[in-house]
Amino acid sequence: MAILILLLAVVVIVVVVLIGFYNSLIRLRNQVKNAWSQIDVQLKRRHDLIPNLVETAKGYMKHERETLENITEARSRAINAGSVGEKGPAESALSGAISRFLVVVENYPDLKANQNFLALQEELTSTENKIGFARQSYNDQVLFYNNKIQMFPSNVVAGMFSFTVEEFFELEDRGERAVPKVDFS
Amino acid sequence: MWELIRANKRKSLILFISMGICLVLLGYFVGAVFFPPDGGTAGIVIALGVWFFMSLISYFSGDSILLAVSKAQEVSHDVHPQLFNIVEEMKIAANLPVMPKVYIVAEEAPNAFATGIKSEKCAIAVTAGLLSRLNRDELQGVIAHEMSHIVNRDVLFVTFAGILLGSIVLISQVFLRSMWFSSRSSRRYRTSKKVAGGGQAQLIITAVAIALAILAPILTRLLYFSLSRKREYLADATAARLTRYPEGLASALEQISSVSLDLPSANKVTAPMYIVNPLKKKGMQLSNLTSTHPPISERIKILRGMMHGVNYRDYQKSFSKVRGKAPAVIPTSGLLEAKRILIRKPSVEKREREPGKKKGIRDLGDIMRAVNKYAFLICACGLKMKVPPDYKKPKIFCPRCGRENEVPLAELAAVTAAVGAVTVEEGKKKEGPPGAPARQTYVRKGKGWESFSCSCGRLLQISPAFGGSHIICSTCGGITEIKK
Repeated sequence: MAILILLLAVVVIVVVVLIGFYNSLIRLRNQVKNAWSQIDVQLKRRHDLIPNLVETAKGYMKHERETLENITEARSRAINAGSVGEKGPAESALSGAISRFLVVVENYPDLKANQNFLALQEELTSTENKIGFARQSYNDQVLFYNNKIQMFPSNVVAGMFSFTVEEFFELEDRGERAVPKVDFS
Repeated sequence: MWELIRANKRKSLILFISMGICLVLLGYFVGAVFFPPDGGTAGIVIALGVWFFMSLISYFSGDSILLAVSKAQEVSHDVHPQLFNIVEEMKIAANLPVMPKVYIVAEEAPNAFATGIKSEKCAIAVTAGLLSRLNRDELQGVIAHEMSHIVNRDVLFVTFAGILLGSIVLISQVFLRSMWFSSRSSRRYRTSKKVAGGGQAQLIITAVAIALAILAPILTRLLYFSLSRKREYLADATAARLTRYPEGLASALEQISSVSLDLPSANKVTAPMYIVNPLKKKGMQLSNLTSTHPPISERIKILRGMMHGVNYRDYQKSFSKVRGKAPAVIPTSGLLEAKRILIRKPSVEKREREPGKKKGIRDLGDIMRAVNKYAFLICACGLKMKVPPDYKKPKIFCPRCGRENEVPLAELAAVTAAVGAVTVEEGKKKEGPPGAPARQTYVRKGKGWESFSCSCGRLLQISPAFGGSHIICSTCGGITEIKK
């Protein structure tokens, strides 16, 4: 009888521990998902900002039609990109177009004195930063989650319920790995 | 980061337990002295009661009290977009579940603090002086440091350790004072009682109680401050890791330390919440045992020493280089972090501090006006006019060129309604009798300084450089036409 109770107790303890591990894994996986959606939110915000920016700049930058068209085009390509594989390069191209635009802006002091444009510029810098930080936070979460999946003893639970390792969000080009540089000086 | 929180929790728990033991011991002996022969238990109950009561108060209103005491005002994105954006950036980097509330304190001393016992309900406050002095990267460093306090649960620690400390100080003060008075007034009563029995034991208990009442506050204070200093280092390390840019915080600290202004709304117990000690005094040695913050020069040196990366291990390395054999500040779990994290490049925003302090002070005024819901009108001549929220007239004259400008009254009215009835009433008082503003004409006599009275009695002055067509009285709003 005593042995039976002991056995039962052991089983209960094991189940409780398993539930604990399982829940913490689920929590981590949700955090990874949440971090990923943060990146999407910020990319979307950048898409929304660009038409305003182009509209404000248009009047001042008569001779830079091409630069502005490049941005608009890169934006629509980024919006239409379907798979994650297409999205990465499209968004990087957009970042490049924006930073080129902001370099050109330097030649237009009138534009730089425009309050509306200055406000847009701050929003754009911040959005670029937020994209960078969201990616950073996503990678932190993924690292944490992957460690948990691969390390003993949680790897046992992960194996039982087939939790899979998530991939880091790295950019291929080393130059683009840093937060996209926005040059306002 | 979660391991760090856990390690923090363990350490804090040890601190809380030892502080708690101090409190209970103090309560026991004080009780034994006040209610002999066996009032020890009653003393413990009273001590715990004091502690419990203070905890309740601060748990339910701790944030609002601190924010109210420091006269912080909550601001929205429109008031200071950059600050708001940076807080949001750091919120994303720290993976905080909700956006903290953002407050601005109307003080010139540059400083910042964070509140919020739970990370779901937290706030970050910065002073206007800080905003006007720092560039984007520096401000980011400061906000990251405050965000680290929230993420590392330091606010919780400071609040509850502060309460324990406060209870101990309160009880020992009450006890020592009452001893002082009773030893003068009722010596005869005491001696007669001592003869009655158990005098020796009572004397020893009294001596122990006095010793405890003197020593316990000092000991707990030292404990509290040493842990609070350690947490400052840890918050610096987390900030460097969050921003990937230690130089931002280092340079911000340098800027802040170059200004020696006291923050009048801070005190010794709330001091650990600020980014730098708000109570610095000139010439005071900050590295002593009773300071809540590590010396700024050391913090800067450590941050600048992180040459290769920004993870916790890099910070610890730099820390040991600067501090020599001091014990580690980063919990061991943080040091296991193997992945190298590179330092990012600075953002290119130019520091606009060079033209001198004047711009900074004008910025400061503008920030405070934005917080107080002033409207900003830019006249065609380039002058920026600040219209108070209770301004009622549809037109405003530019004081420089005399042009008439439309006032966006609808916006102002909406803001005034939101601010509340108090401002509206004040506005009415200032405006005087309703109706059209008084008009009068003044003919200039020459080209120098001239003065005349408005119809309301206020003395108005014209400078030699005045070239406009009107003057508006700031008291009654009456318009005086100026003719040559």
